[in-house]
Formats: sequence, C-alpha cells, structure tokens
Amino acid sequence: MAASAPPILLFSDIDEPGLATLEVYERRGGYESLRRALAMSPEEVLAQLEASGIRGRGGAGFAMGKKISFLPKGGMDKYLVCNADESEPGTFKDRELMQKSPHMLIEGIIIAAYAAGASRSFIYIRGEYALQADVLDAALHEARAAGYIGEGILGSSHTLSLVVHRGAGAYICGEETGLLDSLEGKRGNPRLKPPFPANQGLYKGPTLINNVETLSTVPAIIRMGGEEYAKLGVETSTGTKLVSVSGHVQRPGNYEIELGIPSREIIYGLAGGPPEGRSVKCWFPGGSSSPVLKAEDLDVPYDFNSLAKAGTMLGSGAIIVVDDSTPILDVAMKVAKFYRHESCGKCTPCREGTNWTVKMLERIDSGEATPMDIEIMASVQEHITGNCLCVLGDAMAMPIGSMIAKFRDEFEQHIEAARMRSGLGDEAGSDLALAAQGAMLADGQTELGLKGEDDEAPGAHEGAPGTHRGGSS
Amino acid sequence: MPADLAKAPAGVPDAASTPVPAELRSEIEAHMANYPDRRSAALPALAAAQRVHGWCSPQALEQVAAVMAVTPAYLESVASFYDMLETSPVPAHSVYVCTNISCSLCGADEIYAQLAAEAAQRGEGQINVRSFECLGACDIAPMASVDGVYVGPLSGADVPRLIDDILAGSPVLPDRQLARMLVADPHANGRQFPEHPTEGAGGGLGANPGIDPARAGMGPSITGDRPGPTAPLEDI
Repeated sequence: MAASAPPILLFSDIDEPGLATLEVYERRGGYESLRRALAMSPEEVLAQLEASGIRGRGGAGFAMGKKISFLPKGGMDKYLVCNADESEPGTFKDRELMQKSPHMLIEGIIIAAYAAGASRSFIYIRGEYALQADVLDAALHEARAAGYIGEGILGSSHTLSLVVHRGAGAYICGEETGLLDSLEGKRGNPRLKPPFPANQGLYKGPTLINNVETLSTVPAIIRMGGEEYAKLGVETSTGTKLVSVSGHVQRPGNYEIELGIPSREIIYGLAGGPPEGRSVKCWFPGGSSSPVLKAEDLDVPYDFNSLAKAGTMLGSGAIIVVDDSTPILDVAMKVAKFYRHESCGKCTPCREGTNWTVKMLERIDSGEATPMDIEIMASVQEHITGNCLCVLGDAMAMPIGSMIAKFRDEFEQHIEAARMRSGLGDEAGSDLALAAQGAMLADGQTELGLKGEDDEAPGAHEGAPGTHRGGSS
Repeated sequence: MPADLAKAPAGVPDAASTPVPAELRSEIEAHMANYPDRRSAALPALAAAQRVHGWCSPQALEQVAAVMAVTPAYLESVASFYDMLETSPVPAHSVYVCTNISCSLCGADEIYAQLAAEAAQRGEGQINVRSFECLGACDIAPMASVDGVYVGPLSGADVPRLIDDILAGSPVLPDRQLARMLVADPHANGRQFPEHPTEGAGGGLGANPGIDPARAGMGPSITGDRPGPTAPLEDI
C-alpha cells in the first residue's frame, strides 16, 4: 500500500490515442484474458473470480463470484446485464471507462457470461451518455466482426450476443430490478425481492447483473490470477477501485486507488482538498445516498468495511466534498429534492417521505419551522428506511438522517435565524408553535403527517402568514 | 396480473393502414429484432420516434404502436416515466443543466438561471433549457448537456457563447467539451499523451470508426447509421 507507486489496472494508459479501437486494445494485450478464460472451464473461471474477492463496484458491494454462483445450473436461457446506468449523484467513473476503454468492458462481459453460463447480454446505459453509448456500439461492431461476440467464440462452445440498450433518463433504473423492468420495455418500477434476479430476472430467466467497473476488472483478474489480485487492497476489500471525487475540491475527477488507503489521501492528496482558505465541512464517501462524514473522519481507511464501521458506505465510490462555505440546509435540500423527483411513487413511505422532507426543509428555510420539526424530520427518515421495495427512499433517508444527527446545532441555528428574519422569532409565537406541534406528534406523526387535520396544526402559530404545509397543495 | 398488451380490441393501431415513415419503421424493427421480447424495444423505438417528430406526440406514439403491435396507451405510460422522452412539444434544441449536488456546490444554480434567461431572451423559441438530475460529469461541474454534448466547467462568460453556438449551428463550446478531457488521475497515464485521442476530430471521436461526431444523445441529429446494427442471436 505504498503511496508512491499505486497499482493501476483499469486506468493504465487510459488516454492512449485509439484505445477505444480494437487494434490498439489488442496491441496492448486486449482479449488475451478472454483466450485464457476460454481455455479454462466455466467453473475454473468462476473459481478465479471468487478467489479475487472482488466486490461489486456499483453500490451494494456484493461479492461478484458469489453472485455468479447463485445462478441455477442447467440449460435454460440465462442473461448477463451490465448496469451502466450510473446515475448516483457524484458518480462518473463508468463514463470515463466506457468512453476510453470500451473493449475492456466488452471483454469482461464475455468472460463473466462464460462463467455464468449466460448466452445473451445487455449493456443498459443511461440515455444521457450518448457519446459513451456510441463508442460502445462502435467497439461492439468491431468485437463482433473479430469473432469475440457471436456463436462459438474463438472456436469454443461459448456463444454470446450483446446489445447496447440506451435508457431514457430515470435514476431508479440504476436499481437492478427497476433496470430489468426498463429493459423489458416498461416503466422502471422496482420489483419485490425475492425472487432475486439470479433466479428470476430478465424475461423471468436467471440473470447476472454487474456494474461496468466490476466487469471491466474481470480481464485483469484473469490476467493476474484471482489470488494475485486479492493481494491488492485489504482483506475484505480487495483490489483497486475507481473513485470519483467532486464538489469543493481543487482537482475533481476520477482516480484509481488501492482499497484501504486513508480517505484523506484521496481528498487531499489526489484531489487537492477544498480551495485555499476553506476546510472540509462534510463529505459523502459513496455518492449522495451515503451518510455524510465530517472532517474528523478523514483518516478512515477507504474500503467497504471501514466505511461501514464508520456508519456509512463506500457505495459507488463517489466522494462529494462540501466545504465550510455551504450551509448544511442547502446540501440537505438538494439531496431531498433530487430523491423526491426520482421516487417512482410505488411505495408510500418513499413517495410521501421524500415529499414531506422537502416541505419540512423549506419550512426551516422560510422561518416557519421550530426545533420540533427536526424531530419530525428525523422520524420521517426512520420510517422510510427498510419499508420500501427498493432503497431509493433509504437513499434519501440515510444522508438526511446523518445530517440531522451530525449538524443538529446548525439546523437549530438556521431555524432560529430564519424565524427572526421572517418576524416569527418572538417567544410567544415560538411557544405556540411548539405546543401545536407537540399535539401533532402525539396525534399521528408516524403517518408522516398525512392526515388532513394535522396539516393545519403547524401553521397555527401566531403571526404565521399561512401554512405551507398542506399536503393537498 | 400483467396486462395483455397485445390483446385486441385494445386499440392496437392497424399496421396496414397506419402510415409510418419507412426509415422509422425499419429502425424500430431493427430494435425489436435485438430482443427476445419485442416490447424491450419500447425505449429505443420511442427515442427514434421522438427524433422524427420532435416529441412523443400522439402521432408518434401511434406509429410506434403500429410497428410494435402494442397499444398507444402502453407507450404513453412508458414515455411519461422517463425524463428524456417528451410528452409535450419542446423546442428543437435541448440544454440540460445539471443542478444536482456537486454541480450546485460549484455554482450550477446561477448558471442555470443565466442560461434560462439568455435562452428566453434570444433563443428564438429554439432552445429548451431545463435543470436535470446528475448527468454523471461532476468532474466538469458546473456542466450542461447541449443536444447530448457534455460541456463544462461553465462560467457566466460561457453562457452567451453557448447560446451563440447553438443558434449558429456550430459545435458547442469546443474548448469545454468533455470528450477532450484527460483523466484526472496523475498515475493513470504512464506515458505522455499530449494529444487526447479525440482532439482535433471536430469534438467527436476521431479514432473510432463508424461514429459520426455529429450524433449526440437523443437529440435531433441521430440518424439510422448505426455502426452495424446489433443482431439477434439467431442471426449471428
């Protein structure tokens, strides 16, 4: 884990001119791993992937080898779907990989499909990534012409089709079951699990779903051997990881790091830290759906388990840095509004919870809130978590919950300052509002304030220009 | 119970009597051939129809429905779910401004307001500026996707230039296009690549065969010139 010579597997000479073409990719040894894999049995390839210890790079961090082993054996149609939706805010690593080294992903897909026994594969790429989808289509065309895709690949028994499928703008399609519905030509609503995609996924067939970065790493694992790959990183988080760093840093961008290095080395060492004179206020370690950490957590090792122990997650590997110039309320508002917009509306806690969180944050900003609202907001987050078909609601509840827990003072100050600004800061008004909300809490806050009669209560405090809380608005 | 979307008389338009532009028909049919279930072609087919009609108009939906043998209502339910499929008429050019967390930390809300004002003032009704979810380019924050071409980081001074370029029909902010950027990681490139592979290729992909640099996203510029239509397994 020497800081001087970090191992580079995915980004090695990534800007070499023409790397997106088959000619340059092959000159660099491209598709050699495929040859090597096809000389092995699918079980042997799977054993290599399991030995590598690689965990999914899309967000959940599930062991790739184990995921493949969950697919039933037998002659039925099996599918491999590459999740290239990359819509978690702050994440842009797959974009760079696909745009610059598309053949690495295609090679990884062919090998993984071989291990999984899949004969049809799809890359579900978000519609906004037009350039990257075009690059992939061109690379796919070349790969097919060269016999890497099709029937009896390189004289083996492995047969695979591959289609680049463009999405059309929906965050939820990055969720694997929402993605599957979208790929089947429907609205991208998540499905109830179980059954898990490994048993019943695309077209009700066994389906392996992996992220772009995970699949792009497969050729390197086969080249090095699983055990050798597992020597990189730390025990429970092997290998290298692409990290997207953005927000208040001097050198935003993608970096390939060895898992387990101190987070500070990424945020300050690689990305240059916040601009001169400013300091880190908080940071999202794994996309905008991960609970935030503070400056005092900068020495947490950047790997799956260390971040989990710190109460957050590595997620997609997207670090978003917020410096001390930004009010925490602004950060919370952005996050909450995004998830409100992206909630598909299927599950009530998510649909209503995201909506009410935004409304409560707006009340705080307009001076209509009291400290009691912080409790209600925190409770809303708790009632979303774990109560929906997918984790979109949790994806808001986790960061908002962490901001409330870690920056409660600031929320309280904001409430007080905003009340003063709007002329509601006198004690009498404050007490009245507290009383009104106390009644509401007792009455039915677990229902997210959805009852019509509750809607009026918070607006009852003296001098309020009128309630903005109305659920019917 | 899943609805039987092909069931008559559920309003599946008559394929023989519904006029569909030949190019659109063949593109949709090529998409349908890519999948074991033709309905999987809904998104690419709607995107193709949107390029022809400008939006997912009732006529566009009817044409797609006729080729795919599904109901227009089903297609409308799909179209209304996705941000990039337009269910009401929109101007010819789209500017998606990312206003999500990272871009917003870097001033995206101001850029969005400026762009919206500038487009309203001089856009001649041709430019649709809208704020958008994270576009996956926080490294060039604040950024925008102009007819599918990513540009950033944008400053206030870039705003009038961006509108100028759209109105003139020239490449948008060539010096700000993501396609030309080197990776940030200082350890990535062991060798020097002073010229990015895409440099000097009209903002496109000089080194890649089969790609027309003008093609961008779901904007109006995509035509049916796919580099080798993806074939169904049976046809490989």
